[in-house]
Amino acid sequence: MAPAPTATHSVVTLTVNGEKHTLPVDHRTTLLDVLRERLDLTGTKKGCDQGQCGACTVLVDGRRAVSCLQLAVAAEGREITTIEGVAEGDRLHPVQQAFLDLDGFQCGYCTPGQICSALAVLDEHAAGWPSAATDDVRPEAGVPPLTPEEIRERMSGNLCRCGAYVSIVRAVERAAAADRDASAADAPGGGDDIPADASKEAVA
Amino acid sequence: MTTATRGTAAPGAVGTGHTRIEGRDKVTGAARYAGEIPFGDLAHGWLVLSTVARGRVVAVETGPVLGMPGVLAVLHHGNAPRVETQYVGSLGPPDPVVGLFQHDRVPYAGWPVALVVAETSEQAREAAEALQVRYETEPHDVGFHPEHAAAYTPESVMGQPNEAVKGDLEAELAASAVVVDERYGTPEEHHNTMEPHAATARWDGGRLEVVDSNQGSRWVAEELAHLFSLDLASVRVRSEHVGGAFGCKGVRPHQVGAAMAATVLDRPVRVVLTRRQMFSVVGYRSPTTQRVRLGADPDGRLRALGHEAHGVTSKLFEFVEPSAGFGRSMYAADAHHSVTRLVPLDVPTPTWMRAPGEAPGSFALECALDELAEKCGVDPIALRERNEPAVGPVSGLPFGSRNLLACYREGARRFSWADRDPRPGTRRDGRWLVGTGMAASTFFVGAAPTTAAVTAEPDGTFTVRITAADVGTGARTALTQIAADALEVTPDRVRVRIADSDFGQAWLAGGSMGTRSWGWAVLLAARELRERLALGGAVPEEGLTARSDTSDVLAALAQKERHSYGAQFAEVAVDVTTGEVRVRRMLGIFAAGRIVNPLTARSQLVGGMTWGLSMALHEEAVRDAASGAHVGADLAGYHFAAHADVPRIEADWVEDTDDEDPVGIKGIGEIGIVGAAAAIANAVWHATGVRHRTLPIRPDRVLDAAGAPGTPGAGAAADGGPDRA
Amino acid sequence: MREFGYLRAPDVSGALALHGADDGTRFLAGGTNLVDLMKAGVERPERLVDLAELPLDRIEETAGGGLRIGATVSNSDLAAHPEVRRRYPALTQAVLAGASGQLRNMATVGGNLLQRTRCAYFTDLARPCNKRTPGSGCAALRGEHRNHAILGASEHCVAVHPSDMGVALTAFDAVVAYETLDGPGEVPLADFYLPVGDTPHAETALPAGALITAVTLPPAPVAARSRYRKVRERASYAFAIGSLAAALDVRDGRVHDVRLAFGAVASRPWRARAAERALTGGPATAEAYAAAADAELAAAEPLPDNGYKVTLMRNLVVAVLTELAEEAGR
Repeated sequence: MAPAPTATHSVVTLTVNGEKHTLPVDHRTTLLDVLRERLDLTGTKKGCDQGQCGACTVLVDGRRAVSCLQLAVAAEGREITTIEGVAEGDRLHPVQQAFLDLDGFQCGYCTPGQICSALAVLDEHAAGWPSAATDDVRPEAGVPPLTPEEIRERMSGNLCRCGAYVSIVRAVERAAAADRDASAADAPGGGDDIPADASKEAVA
Repeated sequence: MTTATRGTAAPGAVGTGHTRIEGRDKVTGAARYAGEIPFGDLAHGWLVLSTVARGRVVAVETGPVLGMPGVLAVLHHGNAPRVETQYVGSLGPPDPVVGLFQHDRVPYAGWPVALVVAETSEQAREAAEALQVRYETEPHDVGFHPEHAAAYTPESVMGQPNEAVKGDLEAELAASAVVVDERYGTPEEHHNTMEPHAATARWDGGRLEVVDSNQGSRWVAEELAHLFSLDLASVRVRSEHVGGAFGCKGVRPHQVGAAMAATVLDRPVRVVLTRRQMFSVVGYRSPTTQRVRLGADPDGRLRALGHEAHGVTSKLFEFVEPSAGFGRSMYAADAHHSVTRLVPLDVPTPTWMRAPGEAPGSFALECALDELAEKCGVDPIALRERNEPAVGPVSGLPFGSRNLLACYREGARRFSWADRDPRPGTRRDGRWLVGTGMAASTFFVGAAPTTAAVTAEPDGTFTVRITAADVGTGARTALTQIAADALEVTPDRVRVRIADSDFGQAWLAGGSMGTRSWGWAVLLAARELRERLALGGAVPEEGLTARSDTSDVLAALAQKERHSYGAQFAEVAVDVTTGEVRVRRMLGIFAAGRIVNPLTARSQLVGGMTWGLSMALHEEAVRDAASGAHVGADLAGYHFAAHADVPRIEADWVEDTDDEDPVGIKGIGEIGIVGAAAAIANAVWHATGVRHRTLPIRPDRVLDAAGAPGTPGAGAAADGGPDRA
Repeated sequence: MREFGYLRAPDVSGALALHGADDGTRFLAGGTNLVDLMKAGVERPERLVDLAELPLDRIEETAGGGLRIGATVSNSDLAAHPEVRRRYPALTQAVLAGASGQLRNMATVGGNLLQRTRCAYFTDLARPCNKRTPGSGCAALRGEHRNHAILGASEHCVAVHPSDMGVALTAFDAVVAYETLDGPGEVPLADFYLPVGDTPHAETALPAGALITAVTLPPAPVAARSRYRKVRERASYAFAIGSLAAALDVRDGRVHDVRLAFGAVASRPWRARAAERALTGGPATAEAYAAAADAELAAAEPLPDNGYKVTLMRNLVVAVLTELAEEAGR
């Protein structure tokens, strides 16, 4: 026996970058389309609409997710952070600054997704999550350092067609090093061993 | 690390790294791309593509769909506005796919048959999926092979001869002590820009306004004016930020459909392509098969260079992927014959894709040279040096700056090439066999007539207006630097406005000619403005504007072989028991003229090399013989390199000046991919002893080449040994 | 995508009631496969019952050293869990080898097991596919099938199951627990997927309207030394063309216990029991590993373009077991 018909639209309240938005949505609408078409937050990009490119990556309750496969109606009650919510006012987040300084993008279309993903990579690594690049995943083996190989594997859900991967990895390395320095500020020499060569050329 | 770079640095902004002008907007999400600019009363169009590969549309059942919520219109061949397709645009006649809904014929799977327009994109999508289109089908032919009965030889490619002949190839081959005669293959490849094509069209006071994602707003405006029989002044196309182009972002069905629907509905209409649709309607790189015949003396000196390529075109329209042209400026040989032939099939028309011709052509020829080096027992670099020409090998014209040998030397030094043991299949690192390879690259240098305007503003700043496009190349930033130097001010006083067809005639972002063409125009206008300002007097309130047009200076340029060059190096690791190939490092050293912005230039070169890696190992679109349609037309089915595939890739450049060239800028958009796949394939041979002449070098191909299952344990080195080559 | 209703289930019994074993209703968990299939038009549900609020997101230790994994535990949380990493490292490796960080955050254990094949014909409504449209035919059989099945397929369907997680779970004798309106049930993962036969559309043994609530891993000391190796056409973010979950316990040079499961070779994760039987009690040598792989792969029926998978799986068995034995010896 078929159940009674249910509504195909709902009024939902979405919390995006700390702001609450109440709006009616067609249940078919993805979080990605609500952000772009309804909330005018077009920083989140639609590259494939199939979960195959990562351009639409946002943070949902602090974790990265592809917003193209997230139904908006199911995102009610979650804290959503988009690229527009990453900087603090005019001050870029260190990850954004590293992308800018080291030219971690070209056309820029995958960039918001890469940056949101990189933010999550730093958090996931800090939480001790291993990756497919981690040789020994047993907890006794400890957290592997964020080597370029680890960064590449962890960032692999974000495709870039311009081929900016090399600079993106450098940017994430630099941001990770800054994180490390910040959390061990009193460690002597807490070295920025990364891409002196690339950053030297950048005079913004 | 960049010692070789310093020489090109000039005082001022040019030659100094500068982060992208629009960089902050791109890292904060503020940069708006074509589908992201709000319009009041916007309607959404969704294309419907044919599911059959050949036949005709018998019926488009619009009735049920028009009754669906929000649906405004269904355009198809029975009701669409007429467009004019019999014209020759600035780059030739249009791909017939832009003649949207003008007849009932279906020439291939993925041909646009209808556009559904609705209030929201969800409604348009659902209605487009529900739309029943009935077809009468005919047998189709999508099988590409060089012996195809319909294969023919095109007359010319973009106005250049398609066939080049010098000397007697067969006689020189017969007289050669060493001969390489091999066939190489590359698959159908797709641009797959991260940003799908998107256009919003509306009529505004009798003008067709289109906000688009393209690589040449003036070009697209011209094409739309032709198609809709409008004065050019009645069309405006803008394209502020573009999420990648690579050759596929010209006039395409999305702009035409949006303009048609905006005309019919008299309101703004946006059409965005889906990833799947992009596989059928925006062009692609033709698959190729290439036979390369090299004849040489025992020391490797070339007597004969034969390169016969085959590619695909549609039955509707001729597009040539000129793969055989790569060697014409590269190697001296007593006899030369190169030609590209075409097989017309029931498939979409291919188009330009990053280094058209050079990318697949360099794969074949640069691999063949590696095979020749092996046969002659000569180092691959020494072999190339031995065949370095003094003048254009086919044209006989003098070269502009040609610093290829310097690229070899610098690359060899930095890659430690001298330490290389040439024997294949001898280096092991755990489960991996390791090898290195190299290849040469080149890309022609050109410029096309362009206009620019530079305005001195009363507040002491300057505004540059030019219909350039920044598709991720960094053109906006480079032009800012060029203008700043010409005006003798700092870049922060210069504002460059681009990508608006109202700014006038200009070349597009293509052929690695963008920055050279635009930079030249900006330079001329800025210099003239500086001279006028030097005369003194206050800048009037409306500003003081100088304009330029490079037509005359370009026409006066002496005929030369102008190219950029490069040497590509790669190290790979191959597990012949699983078929996995990993690139461990790449180095590209280029001679590419004056480098305007080292920061973004390096990104472009590395990006091109990343494309080469991706071409070598991943990219391939697959067509289903039974249906004639693609299989897996998405980013899970069509792989291009992900982060984990790409090691640290280095690109750098050597001094490359040409005193007879007034701007000195070459182009760097395409040369990075040229030769890169060959360097990787040559490295795979060096690692395993197996030549892979068909791209991509997939695990199954490596496994099949390795023959029988690997011997147990660690003793599998013999699987890849030279005896299996 | 057609319009649909959306309901949030408060708990397991609420979810079952809302579903009501209705044909047009689907449970929504991570949505990474379901929403994608809805966009493709392969799935056209009338309503979704969202499981996000169900209290099934915990991993609990069971008596004797096993684990009970809630059905809505995310792939990420499963992979990061210390006891999973300690007791079943191949499971963590398998999960981490799948999809991307974003998708692993969204996807759930129950959803992973129920995901559909990635055969491109299955998701293209314009092409025949017996799994999607029973009786329409199999386009892959004579079409593009480089990544299709070599084991356990039929002339009606040669698609492979895309899961990595499921391969490791299969190797470790996981049991799927579910609830229905008529009460709870459970089925070993080995019996969870139905044979292809002439009904490729009927994929699992779950009763209509059933909700997976947990996956239980029995204690398996051998799993502490285990590995998942995945081969694919890109170094990451791609489905397997062949994968192996293996665990090995060698004592005095002989195989005391061994687990082997193959991925991307069949319509389900393929437990290589013939290979395990051939190895158990015998010498732990490369020759024995190869012979065992051959014993398993004797049943392989490759298609014209996927014979490489036989070679690949054989080589993987030899390579991974050799590595595991060497590590144990260290």
